[in-house]
Amino acid sequence: MALDKATVAHIATLARIKLPETEQGRIAGELSHILTWIEQLSEVNTDGVEPMTSVVAMTMPMREDVVTDGNRVDDILANAPERANGFFVVPKVVE
Amino acid sequence: MSLIEGRTGEWEVVIGLEVHAQIISNAKLFSGAATAFGAEPNTQVSPVDAGFPGMLPVINRRCVEQAVKTGLGLAARINLHSVFDRKNYFYADLPQGYQISQYLTPVVGKGSIILDMPDGSAREIGITRLHLEQDAGKSLHDQQATSTYVDLNRSGVGLMEIVSEPDMRTAEEAGAYLRKLRSILRYLGTCDGNMEEGSMRCDVNVSVRKPGAPLGTRCEIKNVNSVRFVMLAIDYEARRQVEVLEDGGEIRQETRLFDSGRGTTRPMRSKENAHDYRYFPDPDLLPLILDPAWVEGIKRTLPELPDAKKSRFVRDYGLSVEDAGVLVAEQESADYFEAVARGRDAKLAANWVMGDLFGALNRLGRRIEDSPVSAAGLGEMIDLIADGTLSGRLAKDVFAGMVETGASPAAIVEERGLRQVTDTGEIETAIDAVLAANGDKVAEYRSGKDKLFGFFVGQVMKATQGKANPATLNEILRNKLAG
Repeated sequence: MALDKATVAHIATLARIKLPETEQGRIAGELSHILTWIEQLSEVNTDGVEPMTSVVAMTMPMREDVVTDGNRVDDILANAPERANGFFVVPKVVE
Repeated sequence: MSLIEGRTGEWEVVIGLEVHAQIISNAKLFSGAATAFGAEPNTQVSPVDAGFPGMLPVINRRCVEQAVKTGLGLAARINLHSVFDRKNYFYADLPQGYQISQYLTPVVGKGSIILDMPDGSAREIGITRLHLEQDAGKSLHDQQATSTYVDLNRSGVGLMEIVSEPDMRTAEEAGAYLRKLRSILRYLGTCDGNMEEGSMRCDVNVSVRKPGAPLGTRCEIKNVNSVRFVMLAIDYEARRQVEVLEDGGEIRQETRLFDSGRGTTRPMRSKENAHDYRYFPDPDLLPLILDPAWVEGIKRTLPELPDAKKSRFVRDYGLSVEDAGVLVAEQESADYFEAVARGRDAKLAANWVMGDLFGALNRLGRRIEDSPVSAAGLGEMIDLIADGTLSGRLAKDVFAGMVETGASPAAIVEERGLRQVTDTGEIETAIDAVLAANGDKVAEYRSGKDKLFGFFVGQVMKATQGKANPATLNEILRNKLAG
């Protein structure tokens, strides 16, 4: 499968990666190679085979409904570039 | 079915709702932080909820149980095998950069809700699915001019997204759907249904078409936070789409916002690209496998739900379908009514609960749980009507006294001397006095002016301070006037 430059630009936008137009052609080529390689998997006949969502043979462990964490504002905000009154402060997001 | 009249003829409105219901649980869906509403910012956050690197989610059993319970309450299929996926998008209040949700295999599949419409008809609305997902944090845009404040207390709280089929055709049906869903969730104890605090939020999908035509392109109105606003948003959006189409335009599939101040909807610019969520199974979580015996166990704990309770009220208490519907809408009202009605005249009990009691609660702005008149108190008062101590008219005064003072009905009857007069001699004396003082009216009555009967009743009641037994009074008065 071959990706065009427009698709690459769209993926970059969704991933919030700044990708100069001069780079888009090269990346499109690399991604197309990877996709072609992965596509070999479709040669395998998977009729009647359930999709595999995990490689380990165990069921998901569950937690009881008990509060075991919280009241650690300083830990939570430790890496915040800016904070005020216990909030994270980020550039204005306007709708 | 009601259609919209346009310039080019009639249009049918097609509505589907996506409701986000916050699960009642102590801890979050995948972490041990608390879920309580209104805490200080970022005090109910674990490193999992803040998206710190290397943190792993562990699912809360109670949240799964609540989702299954809700599915059973919606008569829905429970999927014993379901999968969690990542829904990827960037926003300041989503620290992970993705929301853990369920995409292709939700925990609950198809179900249904029965709506009772005001005209007495019933409508069945399909439920497409119910899935578990994390809530996002909260952004505050108005604290400061140049920045946004983010509180992650809500981040990671468990939500049930309940998706309906596009089965609704009017704003009234959408309103009835939301009220019924809220009622079922409250009965089940899986969501408090509080739309003001945001524990129940609604996305509305609206499209229009000519009757019989294929479905039109829909618009999604995001995050509408009251039943009334949902109905207003639908009415506005349907009219808007009809106008666009009749002017020869096309509807663009888009996300819109409801402006409650103007009663209009407008496009949400930032969401133009956002529908590309690139879902994939979350590698941090294994499939959710449910034991059929566990599901059976949950089924056995289901309370009697509104529809079943309503049928029972009609069957066992002889109530009308409408009255039963009003009484079962809130479990607390239904319980109150049953406490009053047990061993008494159930229709009389229903009339007092829905009439004077609901009226008083409305006026006082109180909920039935903290009613000034207890169910036992109202029951005693009805007993006083039954044993002849009170007439219906005196009971109204006694009830008003109970609302005012909280005293027992017997105490109010004693204290205010409100006991009904049934002694025929006493009533007769009062009648004789009234007839003697109104000789001219008696003559008019006897010459055919029947309507004056009410006047005499009123005068006698006045003379006895409203305490005369109405049946006795009528009988004696009729005899005397005839004589």
